[in-house]
Amino acid sequence: MSDIPIGPTATARQQRLETADGTPLKSALARASRRQKLRALALVAPLALFIIVTFVLPIGQMLLRSVNNTQFSDNMPALVQWFAENPPGIDPDEAAFAALVSDLRNGAAQRTVGSVGTRINYEVPGTRSLFTATARRAADLEPPYREALLEVNSDWAREDIWAAMRGASQAYTANFYLAAVDRKRDLDGNIVQSDPQNRVYVQLFLRTFMLSGVITLICLLLGFPVAHLLATLPLRKSNLLMILVLLPFWTSLLVRTTSWIVLLQGQGVVNNVLVALGVIGDDGRLALMYNQAGTIIAMTHVLLPFMILPLYSVMKTIPPSYARAARSLGATSWTTFRRIYLPQTIPGIGAGSILVFILAMGYYITPALVGGATGQLISNQIAFHMQNSLNWSLAAALAALLLGAVLLLYWVYDRLVGIDNMKLG
Amino acid sequence: MVRAGHDDGFVVFDHVQKSYDGETLVVKDLDLSIGKGEFLTMLGPSGSGKTTCLMMLAGFETATHGDIRLAGRPINHIPPHRRGIGMVFQNYALFPHMTVGENLSFPLEVRRMSRSDREAKVMRALDMVQMGQFVNRRPAQLSGGQQQRIALARALVFEPELVLMDEPLGALDKQLREHMQFEIKHLHDRLGVTVVYVTHDQGEALTMSDRIAVFNDGRIQQLAPPQVLYERPDNSFVAQFIGENNRLEGVVEQLGPDRCTVRLTNGEIIDAAPVNVRGAGERTVISIRPERVEFMPERLPPGAHTLEAEVLEFIYMGDMFRTRLRVAGSDNFVIKSRNSAGQARLRPGETLRIGWLAEDCRALDAA
Ligand SMILES: Nc1ncnc2c1ncn2[C@@H]1O[C@H](COP(=O)(O)OP(=O)(O)OP(=O)(O)O)[C@@H](O)[C@H]1O
Ligand SMILES: [Mg+2]
Repeated sequence: MSDIPIGPTATARQQRLETADGTPLKSALARASRRQKLRALALVAPLALFIIVTFVLPIGQMLLRSVNNTQFSDNMPALVQWFAENPPGIDPDEAAFAALVSDLRNGAAQRTVGSVGTRINYEVPGTRSLFTATARRAADLEPPYREALLEVNSDWAREDIWAAMRGASQAYTANFYLAAVDRKRDLDGNIVQSDPQNRVYVQLFLRTFMLSGVITLICLLLGFPVAHLLATLPLRKSNLLMILVLLPFWTSLLVRTTSWIVLLQGQGVVNNVLVALGVIGDDGRLALMYNQAGTIIAMTHVLLPFMILPLYSVMKTIPPSYARAARSLGATSWTTFRRIYLPQTIPGIGAGSILVFILAMGYYITPALVGGATGQLISNQIAFHMQNSLNWSLAAALAALLLGAVLLLYWVYDRLVGIDNMKLG
Repeated sequence: MVRAGHDDGFVVFDHVQKSYDGETLVVKDLDLSIGKGEFLTMLGPSGSGKTTCLMMLAGFETATHGDIRLAGRPINHIPPHRRGIGMVFQNYALFPHMTVGENLSFPLEVRRMSRSDREAKVMRALDMVQMGQFVNRRPAQLSGGQQQRIALARALVFEPELVLMDEPLGALDKQLREHMQFEIKHLHDRLGVTVVYVTHDQGEALTMSDRIAVFNDGRIQQLAPPQVLYERPDNSFVAQFIGENNRLEGVVEQLGPDRCTVRLTNGEIIDAAPVNVRGAGERTVISIRPERVEFMPERLPPGAHTLEAEVLEFIYMGDMFRTRLRVAGSDNFVIKSRNSAGQARLRPGETLRIGWLAEDCRALDAA
């Protein structure tokens, strides 16, 4: 170690510097740079605001909704209070049934019972009508309420329904995440697998990962040579090629996807040509659509430019003299590719792959149109819960898991390659 | 003529032509024979086809016509990686994702050399260019001159018999360039390797080469050792391209075997050595180096023709004086004189008589 004072020690010993009019140099500098910072801040403020309103807030909302659901707790106050006073393990007594009836009466009057029934229906399928039907008759019920309710429908004695109601009485719950990974709580509150007919999401997540991986790989294999051509062809030809690569961007996604339907369906162009050429028989037409093959083909086409462009931007910066140097040093063209060219394109491969993979995982419209039953991705389930089943909390939980997976991917990538090495163009 | 070795046809260009577009010839009928161990420089203006020749030799471009032979073997159809030719590129082309050591080890790895041999050779090559302590650096962490040395070491580490260098010093500043010229020359002398060197810096060509091939317009204008090239240029392009040169136009009056007299445009007559003039009455350009012009009458041989000259400009350059004169209608006639004791300092407006030894003044083609 050197004993010459360096850094802060040395500056501290220095005499305090002042500007010409006597203000300390430090505060003058701070004032000057503060003004600059404020001006810069004012310039980015609209964008920051836009991002907060359109990005940060919705995602925050989504994350909140995935753990918070007040459909039951807000509309069943009496029962919620009974649950609060009676810890788990105590069987519902007459007071509980009385609370239930009073809440159902209110629900019927204020038309909130459907929402309550829906909430319990998430946990115990087929119970929504139990709530709505009972609510219609709740006004006529006489004590003792337990017997009265059981007379209306004996399901009111079911332990699983009461357990579900106890769970739903808490606004904050992890149950939607459990459901998103095909898990539920049993009557004792232990986490167990969902019923076999309800186990769909884990498989769907796996399929989404698998298909995204396959699509990414195909995009890489198809895109790499194209990007290389783009980077090395003479300007006029490469410009033409670039237009061809970008052409899909100028066509509506819907139009492109439907044109794939025209091409790939059973009576479509591809099958007709193959039959006409005698490659396949008329009864052996290939199922290229409404299955995973359809999803893979159409999505590869849609996402290919997102692979090509980052690759191209990296390859363009690799001078051809590297390859020449390697060849002159005795490397075959394959060795030159493997040892010299490929390693230098890794930032582009990483960026392109991550981009395509992430876009593929969240893709919705193409699998919806050409995926059939087996080519659906997790995003189609999210859309289903947003639009059809209206189970927004589950949709939010699924989406949050997807987001988590993407972040995890970034982290892994950063560990392996380094985010700084990523080049998007 | 050749300092190292003799011209045994180690590298031969045999009537080589090259066209990129099928319309124009970039290299026109190149005949060139390079001896083993020779340091040959291709010198010429931009676009004259030097790099193209080098690329054909290295195997990155194919000759449109003609044969290229290496050690007697035609190599037209041998791919670059099997030619065993070392190459130094202008931008060094060091692999950025490898350390210095890995860069040097690469040619040895592809030759399937054992690890211990590789390490020994890499260290020897690095020591050769005094870069031993940089073995673990990346190229981006080196200065331009250091990268240049590594590129040199990499081209030599697998002990090729022929090394090609395409303007290897082009990106360096003047001082470093001169230093590296010396080092490259030194390495060449020590290793006895054959070097084909491309540059458009004539100073570099003159100081380093055994022979220089002056290129212009796809042809070799003259192939000769530096001294011959400078002192006895074959044609007016070479005279003009190499070094500083004074040209005067005129017509041949009398042509003898080793003397001719030339009538300049203003009617004055001077003596010259005929180089490529064919007969009396032909138009010619005479060429004379500034340092060979005499203006002290007592240093001229008796009876030599002299010319009237008017001083236009006198430039003090430290070790030299450079004087621009108006001679026979030309405003660009330059003479140089050493700053020695008693040397006259000419003043603008002064008139004097200049002359030269007939053998220093060459009558060339009028092109
Ligand atoms: N790949 C190519 N395609 C078409 N023309 C080319 C190509 N490479 C070189 N040329 C042309 O061939 C001629 C000779 O080029 P070359 O690179 O050999 O010149 P050079 O003597 O090395 O010049 P410089 O000193 O500028 O490097 C030039 O007119 C150039 O435009
Ligand atoms: Mg060149």
